[in-house]
Amino acid sequence: MTRDRGYPEAIAGPFEGPPRTFEDRAGRTIEIRAHDGSNEEYEALASMYIEFDPADRAQGIPPSQEQRVREWLEAILGEDCLNVIAWDDGTAAGHATLVPDGDAYELAIFVLQAYQEAGIGTRLLKTLLGYGAEEGVEKVWLTVERWNKPAVGLYKKIGFETSDAESFELEMGIRLADAHDDD
Amino acid sequence: MRILLGIGSADDSLQALERTAERAAEADDEVTVAIIDDDGPRGVGEIEAAVDGTLDGWGITAEIRHVESETDPGSELVEIAESEGFDRIVIGGGTTSPMGKIQLGSTAEFVLLNSHVSVTLVR
Repeated sequence: MTRDRGYPEAIAGPFEGPPRTFEDRAGRTIEIRAHDGSNEEYEALASMYIEFDPADRAQGIPPSQEQRVREWLEAILGEDCLNVIAWDDGTAAGHATLVPDGDAYELAIFVLQAYQEAGIGTRLLKTLLGYGAEEGVEKVWLTVERWNKPAVGLYKKIGFETSDAESFELEMGIRLADAHDDD
Repeated sequence: MRILLGIGSADDSLQALERTAERAAEADDEVTVAIIDDDGPRGVGEIEAAVDGTLDGWGITAEIRHVESETDPGSELVEIAESEGFDRIVIGGGTTSPMGKIQLGSTAEFVLLNSHVSVTLVR
């Protein structure tokens, strides 16, 4: 689907990129790192998504069957995508991703149920946007189910603005840098 | 059963076409295909060719008509289905974003919210 998407004129941020370490609200030490492309990290993410509560799925992702989870992960962990993972030791607690879409990137973020409401999502999101800015990403969009008030509130706080409110899902956009036409 | 299949130019419409034709061949449905010019990846001529090919492939015939409204095709689909006594509207189940999220188009949303005739989304 190709649509003209709206983005704020103002540049959001700056956001700090990975790696970042902090203590979450449950006292756990969480480290956010860029995905290193290893099979170990892929398997840790696969475990996280296979465990994922179906009630927290959004618009069909993560998929519900292991085989489909793996196919989906292989696509969004591709070389042209940007991924950050929140680690509690060796456990993947959350994951945020930017997937290229023309001259912009589509964003999604997931936090495992046991790690929700601990401040991890906010930091994961900011760290991903910091990573995106470092890598030259200019525009990011996402969709969110309009009844998901906590998520919508978080995106707004960080600088996303609603670009399309007429569908079942809200579409929101953020600008990380000015457009550069010279490369 | 009298089926009104509404199709545009995206891949989910072609999938809905295939499944509707397959079912019609088995269940002897009476199918009307309503083609929507949605300015998408395929032109009307290309959609018509896909419809002809698929119907031929399953050995069924169907009335083919064109939805005139460019601004509100969903409303016209619902109007056709309700005023002409169709039993069911069939439409595509949405396209996927680069991320893999399922996204319903505005036509599907309108039909789902407003139709008094049962609606099937094909996945």
